[in-house]
Amino acid sequence: MFKRAYFGLYLVIVVLAVLPFVVPNSFYLDLATRMAINAIIVLGLNLLIGFAGQISLGHAGFLGIGAYASAILPTHFGWHPLLAMGAGAALTGLLAAVLARPIFKLKGQYLAMATLGLGIIISIAVRNEADWTGGPDGMPVPAFGLLGFELSNDKQWYWVVAVLLAISTWATLNLIDSPFGRALRALHGSEVASSVVGVNVVRYKVAIFVLSAVFASLMGSVTAHYVGFVTPNLADFGHSIELVTMVVIGGMASVYGSLIGAVLLTALPQALATFEGWETVAFGAILMVCMIFLPKGLVPTLAARFGKGG
Amino acid sequence: MLAQLLQFLFSGLTVGATYALAALGFTLIYNASNVINFAQGEFIMLGGMLAVFFTQSGLPTPAALALAILLPALVGVLVEKLAIEPAKGAETVTLIIITIGASLVIRGLVQVWLGKGTFSLPAFSGDTPIEIFGATLLPQSLWVLGATACVVAALWYFFNRTLSGKAMLATSYNQLAAQLVGINTNGVLFISFALSAALGALGGILITPITLTSYEVGIMLGLKGFVAAVVGGLGNGLGAVVGGLLVGILEAFGAGYISSAYKDAIPFVLILLILFFMPRGLFGARVTDRV
Repeated sequence: MFKRAYFGLYLVIVVLAVLPFVVPNSFYLDLATRMAINAIIVLGLNLLIGFAGQISLGHAGFLGIGAYASAILPTHFGWHPLLAMGAGAALTGLLAAVLARPIFKLKGQYLAMATLGLGIIISIAVRNEADWTGGPDGMPVPAFGLLGFELSNDKQWYWVVAVLLAISTWATLNLIDSPFGRALRALHGSEVASSVVGVNVVRYKVAIFVLSAVFASLMGSVTAHYVGFVTPNLADFGHSIELVTMVVIGGMASVYGSLIGAVLLTALPQALATFEGWETVAFGAILMVCMIFLPKGLVPTLAARFGKGG
Repeated sequence: MLAQLLQFLFSGLTVGATYALAALGFTLIYNASNVINFAQGEFIMLGGMLAVFFTQSGLPTPAALALAILLPALVGVLVEKLAIEPAKGAETVTLIIITIGASLVIRGLVQVWLGKGTFSLPAFSGDTPIEIFGATLLPQSLWVLGATACVVAALWYFFNRTLSGKAMLATSYNQLAAQLVGINTNGVLFISFALSAALGALGGILITPITLTSYEVGIMLGLKGFVAAVVGGLGNGLGAVVGGLLVGILEAFGAGYISSAYKDAIPFVLILLILFFMPRGLFGARVTDRV
């Protein structure tokens, strides 16, 4: 139980547990909740990008499917939110699986193109089908309730998301230490070598792609219920890029890097809001500088410097 | 019927030529460095916006247009020197993020400098449309197509008949081998960025009188250029041109016959279908991986 690999996990749990008692006001609690939501998405995406070495530039599209399933199905068809969330995840999983098989026969750049295309198609569809989605203005999302108990205030949401994050971190740590995780790292190292030792390369890639897409879809639903409103921006290309950036800045193939990346890049726009008009320039410049000087991302670079495993 | 068909074909070819120029830009940089340059769209935007700025500040048109091509080329070189060269050998994702960072910086600077407005340029030789079988063709479209044709011819000559062109081709086949026979591969990288930025800017200038421009047009134009490059088989120059025209024409037909609201989605549906059935694009080479 008290494995050394879990040390970071305990730290995460302690931070999550103490945080709501030390934040000065609800603004920071909201920021913390959004950081945690992003962290869960990035954990899934990092499995794909960092561990399996595949690029997705359309993950926000999957997020959008989850979010809009949670908005549309309860509003227009009276579905229970939990059922809607499940339906969104199932649809995402199916779409990812159908798409992944042919695409994973291809390499890097082509996969980037295909996922990018899928993400853009989803975001254009959401913008255009105004009767269902409210178009560019977005639409309200009904509150999330279970067994007569309704999640309404910020504190409750924080705890729900914090527990989800702790579970996801634990699950990810175990996953990468399992035969499945070793197979993923093997195929990142060399696809031919891993297929020679009996790893079914395409099946593993499809599995991890579907898993990370479903992660994104579920968190899209959570975001929708938490914010109480969805807009097409959620599914945009820009948002996909933001998520990939969190993975890369935090550190590819690093569980704690995913968390750090999500925290930093969720906070950055808030911090840059004071620059008045120069936000885009500052954001771009920070990205470039980070990637030029820390090409492996923050956590792996620091871990290497201080001689510990990340 | 015929008139409508021709009309869609004309507008498709015109936009397609811009995509072709952008796709050539992607191809040049990809061949020299294996980088997908996500800042390519910003060069298109820079071309259009700078042309507007220099014309409005009273420069004679030829000087304004020349500056609007030279400055983006300079920006391209800066991106290469400051961002791509220092990160040499980094992973694909890292390089993609760097070029996205560069595109944000360029877009942000233009937004701060020239504002969020939409601008236009006067057409180069008037707005009187030419009538062909009942369809109308703008004189500006002829400029776009003519200039693109000249560029393609010039590039063909450069790559097939000149020593520097052949050096660039050699680098794209095998960088190490090119270095060993004495080719300055860093110089090749330098020229590739300058050239593809200039190509993008030219496309941006030519299309502005027809489609207008603003600080954010680069995102979509760049992505569609990327689609065009992949349609033709990434790294293939002829493929990039054909891909660009094809994407433009299908987009125009789709907008006309299917749904104009989904116009922007059409190139991406096309690329998904192509990747499904012809995984290396229309003209991509069959390659085997060496272990």
